[in-house]
Amino acid sequence: MDNDSLKARILEIVPDVQQEENKQYLTLVVPAGRLHDLAGELRNTPDLGFDFLFCLSGVDYGKQLAVVYHLNSTAHKHSIVIKVKTDDRVNPAFDTVCDIWRTAEFHERETYDMFGIRFNNHPDLRRIFLDEEWKGYPLRKDYADEVNIVEF
Amino acid sequence: MKEKDFQDNETLELFRKTGSGILMTTIDAVIDWGRSNSVWPLTFATSCCGIEMMATGASRHDFARFGIEVYRASPRQADVIVVAGTIVNKMAPVLKRLYDQMSEPRYVIAMGACAVSGGPFYYNSYHVVRGVDHVIPVDVYIPGCPPRPEALLYGVMQLQRKIKLETITRPEESMIMGRK
Repeated sequence: MDNDSLKARILEIVPDVQQEENKQYLTLVVPAGRLHDLAGELRNTPDLGFDFLFCLSGVDYGKQLAVVYHLNSTAHKHSIVIKVKTDDRVNPAFDTVCDIWRTAEFHERETYDMFGIRFNNHPDLRRIFLDEEWKGYPLRKDYADEVNIVEF
Repeated sequence: MKEKDFQDNETLELFRKTGSGILMTTIDAVIDWGRSNSVWPLTFATSCCGIEMMATGASRHDFARFGIEVYRASPRQADVIVVAGTIVNKMAPVLKRLYDQMSEPRYVIAMGACAVSGGPFYYNSYHVVRGVDHVIPVDVYIPGCPPRPEALLYGVMQLQRKIKLETITRPEESMIMGRK
């Protein structure tokens, strides 16, 4: 399926998506509340068949925090990028997708570790790379560390 | 031997010629010859420098020619640990334990910018040890990012020169820092 027909199919499932500029992938910003429903549909609808979550990453845009999902269908050979964004920097939280793509379990732990984004219903949400007692979330733009980080 | 004497080849060779008595220097020469030509490295690599280290061990560069040959998977059988790569804060206690488990005499080569000083992670990094000498004593520093196999070979030969200057009569004067 090409990008235009993919977009049309997804608009049927979630009407209020926004498209973002991307030369390679169809990139859609989805309301956080609809993320889990859409993810289930993307995986289970036969003509979409997104069975492979090949990247899950957190992004700090300064004001907003976001999670980006790169999806691929091994059967239909098409890919898509889904984004969810939030303005809440104190308690950012999205629904987990690790019940849909198992690999998201570790990816979401990493995103939590580095950005402090929580994932609702995640079975084992704790830090994965840093120590358990680590304070703060190092990949956030407002992360401050006077001891180790030298500012220019 | 003082550390400042370790400047150039001439000083080292001169020091060797004007050492102690004939008997001890002969025994030293035999022991040092054996030790310096059979330096077993530990299989330890944390990033891209490890790939260069493997290339140095492979057929084209082949540092078995210099006697640094069999990679040991156990620190108890290794003589030298080549710290090839970035050491993050979480890895530092592991590295210290590996070093402690090596039997003496033991040597450390800091290979590459990360192991020497933290390298590209010196600024704006929250998790990298700024130089492996914060954790364990280092004998030879090899700059580069990563160093070419020739550089590692040169570093290994420098280590062999250091080993050849050891003496069993005055081990406390040995400049190999990690011995005690």
